[in-house]
Amino acid sequence: MSSLAARSALVSVCLLVGLLGLWEALNQPPTASEALTEFEILMGGVDQEARVPPPSQVMSHAWHELSNPFYDAGPNDKGIGIQLAYSLFRVLTGYVSAALVAIPLGFIIGMSPLMHRALNPFIQVLRPISPLAWMPLALFIIKDSEQSAIFVIFICSIWPMLINTAFGVANVRSDWISVAQTHELSQLKTAFLVILPAAAPTILTGMRISIGIAWLVIVAAEMLVGGTGIGYYVWNEWNNLDLNSVIFSILMIGVVGMALDFALGRVEKLVQYKE
Amino acid sequence: MRNAFVTIEQLGKTYSSKNEELVVFEDVSFGIEKGEFVCIIGHSGCGKSTILNVLAGLDKPSHGGIIMDGKEVIGPSLDRGVVFQNYSLLPWLSTLQNVNFAVKARWPNWSKADALEHSVGFLKMVGLGHSLHKKPSELSGGMRQRVSIARAFATNPKLLLLDEPFGALDALTRGVIQDELLKIWSETQQTVFMITHDVDEAILLADRILLMSNGPRARVAESVSINISRPRQRGTIVEDPAYYKIRNYLVNFLVNRAGDESEVGGAHFSVPKVVDPAAERADQRDTSEIDIAALQVATN
Repeated sequence: MSSLAARSALVSVCLLVGLLGLWEALNQPPTASEALTEFEILMGGVDQEARVPPPSQVMSHAWHELSNPFYDAGPNDKGIGIQLAYSLFRVLTGYVSAALVAIPLGFIIGMSPLMHRALNPFIQVLRPISPLAWMPLALFIIKDSEQSAIFVIFICSIWPMLINTAFGVANVRSDWISVAQTHELSQLKTAFLVILPAAAPTILTGMRISIGIAWLVIVAAEMLVGGTGIGYYVWNEWNNLDLNSVIFSILMIGVVGMALDFALGRVEKLVQYKE
Repeated sequence: MRNAFVTIEQLGKTYSSKNEELVVFEDVSFGIEKGEFVCIIGHSGCGKSTILNVLAGLDKPSHGGIIMDGKEVIGPSLDRGVVFQNYSLLPWLSTLQNVNFAVKARWPNWSKADALEHSVGFLKMVGLGHSLHKKPSELSGGMRQRVSIARAFATNPKLLLLDEPFGALDALTRGVIQDELLKIWSETQQTVFMITHDVDEAILLADRILLMSNGPRARVAESVSINISRPRQRGTIVEDPAYYKIRNYLVNFLVNRAGDESEVGGAHFSVPKVVDPAAERADQRDTSEIDIAALQVATN
């Protein structure tokens, strides 16, 4: 018997081949009996219904795009690498500034029952607001679409980090706090030497949830603010009726999201400890 | 007793809820001399752990107070080291880091090399010289408790508090670590206050055993002197003529008298009665036939 990993990989490959084959087979352009006029080709051949491009077409388009990802031929024609880089820059800027606010604030909320009670109503009201609902207000106040998108990322990634940090800090085992106390550690030393490492796995889980949400939201935010970024790219290619590019960029969004999650997963493993 | 190294005076702990007051223990007074090894035994719920936590500064008494070395005990301090039952090692630090962190807290001005050398020395003393870089999760329960003991001794506290340190260990491991504890204690001459449920353990280790009556309204009823010469050996201590006299006396107290209000309760004492079973006549109430299993149930 082969290992579980090998067998599951086999099933994955079978599923991939099967689904791609089905997609390919169902989306073949009908064979025309005579040569098409240029008008007919523009309208999608003799078929009256528009068709999703088959995977073979998407793949050859993807190959073409990925072979030159960083070309820049004007505002409406940039390589996929440039678009993703814009999105990643916005996500990371908003995300890092959210972490800089959320983690210290989470410490305060977790360590002080008073602050927990005092701030909880604000968190409960602000947290369920869709990050995109902030967009008009952000555009009005900041008056810059680029920074407004970053603000939207900031506001959506702050909550999981804040709540997880507060929870992790508040639930550090009391024995470890006793150890810190009997060794006369100052508040600051207790926070850095005992509470931070003890709560780190919980904090990292929050950070991992946040980066996932931030990557979801950036696509929608860029569709609104326009100009650059992978979200804008998807919408722009839809307006160009270039479904090859739309499908290709959807896949790229998935791949980058996976990479971000994987990276934080690795960091999470680093701070994990066994009791 | 007022001049003892540690003086516990009129200590009491009361928990108040809406409509009732629960007095866990009250009027607890005793002293601990410098270099003395004192064990406290009592049934669950009598407040032993609370007394230890008050001594550690981790809990506040409702009444009374503690004076150690001429100063009142307020809050935790490096002068009082604690070994907890569940080891309380920081799981993300290695064995050596766990001890070294305490050493650095105790002597912040020491050089890195000095602190490490000191820490390694105490870990070697408990036989963990080969596991310096293992995480607590890679160690057995006995080894973890050794680390915890090394950490406490390494900081050289004025008073060492052991909260049932061997309670979670199997009997064989427990015996080995008791020997190690005796060895370190005789080398360092620490003052030790220890909670235990194990009568034999208490006789092996202690100079004096405090017996607590049952709660609520528990008290330290008697202070039993263990006049068995040191160094003591686990294998040979039972041959000492005083051993069974003391053991019978303790078991008799725990099984028959600890819950008896008329004998140990009432307001007629605040200082525990000093008893020396070894010096008393041999016709003491004989309780040797008491089932040990029954005692285990009773004390757990």
